[in-house]
Amino acid sequence: AGPVDSKTEAAMSELVPESRQKPVVPMKPMGINANLLGYIGIDTIIEQMRKKTMKTGFDFNIMVVGQSGLGKSTLVNTLFKSQVSRKSSGWNREEKIPKTVEIKAIGHVIEEGGVKMKLTVIDTPGFGDQINNENCWEPIEKYINEQYEKFLKEEVNIARKKRIPDTRVHCCLYFISPTGHSLRPLDLEFMKHLSKVVNIIPVIAKADTMTLEEKTEFKQRVRKELEVNGIEFYPQKEFDEDLEDKTENDKIRQESMPFAVVGSDKEYQVNGKRVLGRKTPWGIIEVENLTHCEFALLRDFVIRTHLQDLKEVTHNIHYETYRAKRLNDNGGLPPMTVETEENHESNL
Amino acid sequence: MSQSGEKVKFSDSAGYVGFANLPNQVHRKSVKKGFEFTLMVVGESGLGKSTLINSLFLTDLYPERYIPGAAEKIERTVQIEASTVEIEERGVKLRLTVVDTPGYGDAINSQDCFKTIIQYIDNQFERYLHDESGLNRRHIIDNRVHCCFYFISPFGHGLKPLDVEFMKALHGKVNIVPVIAKADTLTLKERERLKRRILDEISEHGIRIYQLPDADSDEDEEFKEQTRVLKASFTPHLLFLLHYIPFAVIGSNQLIEVKGKKIRGRLYPWGVVEVENPEHNDFLKLRTMLVTHMQDLQEVTQDLHYENFRSERLKRTGKPVEEEVVDKDRILQQKEAEVR
Repeated sequence: AGPVDSKTEAAMSELVPESRQKPVVPMKPMGINANLLGYIGIDTIIEQMRKKTMKTGFDFNIMVVGQSGLGKSTLVNTLFKSQVSRKSSGWNREEKIPKTVEIKAIGHVIEEGGVKMKLTVIDTPGFGDQINNENCWEPIEKYINEQYEKFLKEEVNIARKKRIPDTRVHCCLYFISPTGHSLRPLDLEFMKHLSKVVNIIPVIAKADTMTLEEKTEFKQRVRKELEVNGIEFYPQKEFDEDLEDKTENDKIRQESMPFAVVGSDKEYQVNGKRVLGRKTPWGIIEVENLTHCEFALLRDFVIRTHLQDLKEVTHNIHYETYRAKRLNDNGGLPPMTVETEENHESNL
Repeated sequence: MSQSGEKVKFSDSAGYVGFANLPNQVHRKSVKKGFEFTLMVVGESGLGKSTLINSLFLTDLYPERYIPGAAEKIERTVQIEASTVEIEERGVKLRLTVVDTPGYGDAINSQDCFKTIIQYIDNQFERYLHDESGLNRRHIIDNRVHCCFYFISPFGHGLKPLDVEFMKALHGKVNIVPVIAKADTLTLKERERLKRRILDEISEHGIRIYQLPDADSDEDEEFKEQTRVLKASFTPHLLFLLHYIPFAVIGSNQLIEVKGKKIRGRLYPWGVVEVENPEHNDFLKLRTMLVTHMQDLQEVTQDLHYENFRSERLKRTGKPVEEEVVDKDRILQQKEAEVR
């Protein structure tokens, strides 16, 4: 009804100026249950939640995995429009490829529209770079489980912290090399092992190396290979909550993914606008142009529509699986484990 | 008396003997005989090797190609596949053999993946040595690998550990020409940085790649100019190092219409990459280098790599090859059957 809408809408626009992107918490349209006799104000709870989120901010932990040089750091920097990841091409000659897989977590606080996000980017240098890459996913699996363990220990504490710091990996971007042929054996092995413990989002890196036909064919082949090998990437079919989710996610799973992306932190002038892109002798590749690559789809997917869901699936599914297993191993009792060491850089 | 087709002046002045005509005779005989050349192609799958070979020689060497999926690749070992094609141009016949190495670098553990390749190269040397030492030497077939294009991924930051190990193991057996594949994935700046990085790493590891010979003063102007143009693609720093830049190339067998002409290239939403445009990539340089240096590549194979192999072999056995021939023959035949 008339007056109700304009009141809440005015309140909304104060908090989120029109020119900004849509808020992270999705808003259901007004008037769904409009046959109440009067206005109660239940819907203002959405307001309250939003205000609270903005006050406390939220954690998001994203891991990037892939061979050296596939543009992981550039992509993450492009995704969050800030230098949150240090590019390895900026390494000097003394910092060679590490001999074993290292886990490097760097935290940043970024803010947008009054919303604070503590973003942690977890890099995995050394993955897939050796001559012998057998079991190189093990340190990664170990790290992920260690974060679950940390959370579990906090949870079972008698005197718990009000807000348990969440270092669990919410999203793992796996970078596929754009060969145009098929997945590599290492890709299969990694995703087989890790899709059971973390949300994996496969992306095709440096996609400006493929023409449109090559891209379509390659994506089809990769999707088929993943299916044939029983690899469930995020969004997993079994966790679709309702029909709406299923329809939306089906389209993403069967057509859009894996996203073929290009990253860049340089701007160029195209048609009077400044755009992020890559300049070559034969043209400028615009990162956010959907006819050039699918970066915008990935960004919208991870940040603008599914960010909260990524966290929820991590907490409700992956973490619970880990917890159940730990409790079972311990005979139904909460665990009492020794502190484990990890290296955790914070840039707060 | 001048022979038909010869452009030589026979002077009847006293003192003229006529052996200045000798190069022409050699030329004629070579043209009649035809040339043989074996090119090996090594690199991980998906780097555009087959497309590049087809582009270089304007042919389709791989008509019914089957690309295996990742699960199959897990089981596979490195194969050696040789395809031969006869190319004729202006009366000159070339019997080109391209040796492909599918499976290289694909496995999770690539520790032994170049053993098969080393074995193949040694086998060709062994066979030649055997033939050379035999009684009937009229029809020795030269299947030795004259040149190896090593494909470096444009997606990395330089050489990978496997690249370094391979080149160190093979630089004493074959002429290695490093090539940066799928170069249209790089901006010009990225390309320069990558080339410099690769050359630094090659020098750091003491890897010996094939170097352009200095054009001799009595070579014809065209050859000298070509070598000069090739060398001009070096920056002064690299010229000083006397190293060969890895050529950054793109291959394509698709024809695209650009400004009314049909040219070979790749069509992207943001533009067309032209294979034969020197501002887009080094394809022409690579082709020119290969074609103008086929002779030199064969010579270096013969005078350096083969001789090294031969002296090692003879030193090892301590006796001339002929005595061993009886035993080795059968073993060699077995090996060849395997390789095929």
